[in-house]
Amino acid sequence: MSFVTRGFTGRGRDRDDRLPPGQTLARDFPVLSAGPTPEVDTDEWEFTIRTESGVEHTWDWQGLLDAGVEEVETDIHCVTHWSKLGTAWRGVPLDALFEEVETDAGYVMAHSYGGYTTNLPLEEVLDGQAWIAIDYDGEPLDPEHGGPARLLVPHLYFWKSAKWVRGLVLMEDDQPGFWEQYGYHNHGDPWREERYW
Amino acid sequence: MIAAVPRSGWHVAAVVEASPETPSARRLVLDVPTWPGNAAGQHLDVRVTAPDGYTATRSYSIASSGPGTRVVLAIDRLPGGEVSPFLVDEVRVGDEFEVHGPLGRFFVWHPIEPGERVPDASADGPRPVQLIAGGSGVVPLVAIAAAHGAAADPTPMRLLVSVRTPEDAFFDADLADLARASEAFRLDYAYTRRAPDGWTGHVGRLTRDEVDAVVIPAADAPLVYVCGSTGFVERVASWLIELGHDARAIRTERFGGT
Repeated sequence: MSFVTRGFTGRGRDRDDRLPPGQTLARDFPVLSAGPTPEVDTDEWEFTIRTESGVEHTWDWQGLLDAGVEEVETDIHCVTHWSKLGTAWRGVPLDALFEEVETDAGYVMAHSYGGYTTNLPLEEVLDGQAWIAIDYDGEPLDPEHGGPARLLVPHLYFWKSAKWVRGLVLMEDDQPGFWEQYGYHNHGDPWREERYW
Repeated sequence: MIAAVPRSGWHVAAVVEASPETPSARRLVLDVPTWPGNAAGQHLDVRVTAPDGYTATRSYSIASSGPGTRVVLAIDRLPGGEVSPFLVDEVRVGDEFEVHGPLGRFFVWHPIEPGERVPDASADGPRPVQLIAGGSGVVPLVAIAAAHGAAADPTPMRLLVSVRTPEDAFFDADLADLARASEAFRLDYAYTRRAPDGWTGHVGRLTRDEVDAVVIPAADAPLVYVCGSTGFVERVASWLIELGHDARAIRTERFGGT
């Protein structure tokens, strides 16, 4: 139902085909958070995967690094209409952490320091699609961007890439996380503009 | 606790009033015939379309709330921006564009409705509310303060607005009216560059001590809403934690991008 807005000409003609619909290139790195930024020290940081049968697998900071850090170059898309192309991260693929996890669950709930949660299908965080990111653009990840470690799931809107991540809980049934309860789409594919429900 | 808010969708909006708000910002009153109403604190997406079909979409906070079809925005011109200069400098009364909303179910506040029983102070009733804004971040907080005033809600509410100069204050006359009309609402300003004549307080970048001096103390367990630039929100929210506020009671909205 789009129609012309009198007087608007716009500037972004050289649209990049890596930009999903409704998105604009951001030069800076905006922040979307529901509350204050938690302070988490890597000395005390832990990451736990809990399976549907209650088995817990836990990594401390060194254990995470030992699981194998790799370089990731990817585009990221925020539901608030900005995207960044070709961003450079370093992180540990979730595949490496799931090597020792036995599960038949279909979904995960990511939990963060500070209480934030977000839900994801398990199959969308495996096979090279998701990382625990620890560096951005050659520097340790800033706290306001989720440091010391955030989830990086770049094929979904960026609220799914939970900041200050502390663990994943495997779920047999899908449940909405924090923003999903407060109006954001349950899945969040930027190419389908799955922004809100 | 998820607040009940109207379902979001696309709507056609017509500009019915456009007036200067500050030297860099403009107030737009929209008529949106199909608007389902919105809760105080919510935002919407504006989509504008060029003759060749090119579209640009940006999010803006809503300064009004309730079931009506009049929607009030106040838009600050971002230098070098693509959409905000158009909305501030070009749009005329009668122009139409599309809006998607209302959006956001977390950064919202609901007044005690008239006739609703007011719990006594000892009960687990409504919590006092502290609103803190940097510059144009006051827009969604204006909606909250106005909803509080319209409902004659007795819940204590305070608003601290940090602005560069008195001319940069959004909705200052409306907020002053609300403060005069309700003993439960108190309005405080902080000036970072220049204060009005007769001002005896501090002028300069907002400090933790200034915040401590005027906000509802942590001991009263207020709900706190902070809105402004990322830097402003990060600073203020970290001070609130240092001052003993519960992180879970602090709701933030950060402006970012263009």
